[in-house]
Amino acid sequence: MKTTETPAPVPAESGATVSKVGVPAGTDTRQKKEGGVLNVFSHGILIVWAIMVVMPLVWAVMTSFKTDGDIFSSPWSLPDRLHFENWSRAWSDAHMSDYFLNTVLVVGGSLIGTLVLGSMAAYVLARFDFPGNRFIYYLFIGGMSFPIMLALVPLFYVVNNMGLLNTIHGLILVYIAYSLPFTVFFLTAFFRTLPTSVAEAAFVDGASHTRTFFQIMLPMAKPGLISVGIFNFLGQWNQYMLPTVLNTDPDKHVLTQGLVQLAVSQGYKGDWSGLFAGLVMAMLPVLAAYIVFQRQVVQGLTAGALK
Amino acid sequence: MQHGKYRFIVGFLVLPLGLYALFVVWPFIQSIYYSFTDWTGLSPDFKMVGFDNYKRMFDDEIFWKSLQHSLLFALVLPVVTLGLALFFAFMINVGGRRRRGGPAITGVRGSSFYKIVYFFPQVLSIAIVAILFAFVYNPDSGAINSLLSAVGLDSLQPLWLGDPDLALWCVMAVLVWSTTGFFVVLFSAGMASIPADLYEAALLDGASRFATFFRITLPLLWDTVQSGWVYMGILALGAESFAVVQIMTTGPGGPDYSTTVMVLYVYQKAFRDGQAAYATTIGVALLVVTLAFAAIVMRLGRRERLEF
Repeated sequence: MKTTETPAPVPAESGATVSKVGVPAGTDTRQKKEGGVLNVFSHGILIVWAIMVVMPLVWAVMTSFKTDGDIFSSPWSLPDRLHFENWSRAWSDAHMSDYFLNTVLVVGGSLIGTLVLGSMAAYVLARFDFPGNRFIYYLFIGGMSFPIMLALVPLFYVVNNMGLLNTIHGLILVYIAYSLPFTVFFLTAFFRTLPTSVAEAAFVDGASHTRTFFQIMLPMAKPGLISVGIFNFLGQWNQYMLPTVLNTDPDKHVLTQGLVQLAVSQGYKGDWSGLFAGLVMAMLPVLAAYIVFQRQVVQGLTAGALK
Repeated sequence: MQHGKYRFIVGFLVLPLGLYALFVVWPFIQSIYYSFTDWTGLSPDFKMVGFDNYKRMFDDEIFWKSLQHSLLFALVLPVVTLGLALFFAFMINVGGRRRRGGPAITGVRGSSFYKIVYFFPQVLSIAIVAILFAFVYNPDSGAINSLLSAVGLDSLQPLWLGDPDLALWCVMAVLVWSTTGFFVVLFSAGMASIPADLYEAALLDGASRFATFFRITLPLLWDTVQSGWVYMGILALGAESFAVVQIMTTGPGGPDYSTTVMVLYVYQKAFRDGQAAYATTIGVALLVVTLAFAAIVMRLGRRERLEF
């Protein structure tokens, strides 16, 4: 079932474009009344929730431009002027720039790795019959419902023994491993929907399996790769639990960890405005990217749940 | 297509499967084994102790508290989140005013605006959300309490996260805030794929909108609701609840263990108290709870699949 792209049966704004045979006049007035009451009521409720969602975010942006004194004396007032120095302090003194760089490195590496390895495994599992195919498939799928924390206790020592603790490449490998279940699940289903004839034709023409995969099947699977790529990008960018356990060296912190560290250390440093600047700095790029690529993001994140 | 087939299959599977086995499957197996030992995690020496860890767990008052809190999360969060999301999605898609000559069922004006805004929290890291809300709840100068005093409710200044009776609910509210939008969008997509004729037929027969919701929308959307339920429960037992409790609460897990959830307790026993074996025991209990939850939801929710 692929639904996110389907427009609502009739978009509200263009109510007149599709006109159906009218409902008999008798029921018309009653329903109109009911509809009107419902309309006011539903708008009211929907607006209240929209305000509840936006308010904390607006409040955070506002607070990031205030002085520390104002934050405590009048939390809801507008800043007296835009204190951009909060932002520069957060960017350099509070190491936000380092956290950004670490996050970009980790997510960049693991996203590419996840897509390459995930699509390789998914392709084989979707298109080839061999003993153990189902077993391997369910082994991957099982990883989606198990509590990760249970594995993290021994994983810490596995990673430590391999000398990968507190390293960027170690974190990349772990991110890939934990992203594989959903990626394989999603892409296996996707490869199954692609026509077999094109690959067979390429094979008859003498292309190897490997070449067929990279030159024919991967380009055909692009929409699926984009969806699952967005899903993994957000999941890995926002990841908190894995780095908290496996990446304890402050110099290697990723964004989420750095912010938590900053929030904890404000207890004695007292630079609240800097912390809010850091928070907003971390929120804005993701929100901006979401607004621009809204359709793809929604599709990517809801894709799995609708399969 | 037989030529070199097995070499290809092995070549393509060895890396992903190897990585997955080493970092995911093997640690899971190990942790079940470790739960029968007295391993501290600090030294490589340990011996088998049979069911001692499990006996200790059943006598551990804090474990029972954490189990209770985790169960509350798994029961309350999906009901509240999915309930709210269904309600909002129905309002967005079916709550619109009927215009003369227009279709019988319309969405509200600005439905796409609502969907964009509601989805905001979903793209933010739960860690960032948790830090932000820790300040919103701050009793002295946080957003809520200062708003309360601004409207003249000076006497009503709860401690929020500092109050053992309130803290757990505050944490849950944050999870509701951050996940509802995702399900609104998910359910809206599902509702949009329900044919409009069904609604029109029901309205012709004189059904109210509330009846159409329970008789048409909900049954046709049931599969999505059910998988959303399992998904939400797994989140509430696992990673999401870890992040919010660990970041927002004092202790973390306080005050007075009032917000300790199982996943946090596993983390603290392993990485704070140096009791890795005991931590894996609680982890196994968490695994049992998670699988039981998924099984119960799938079982209770089973009904005939409706085709449309």
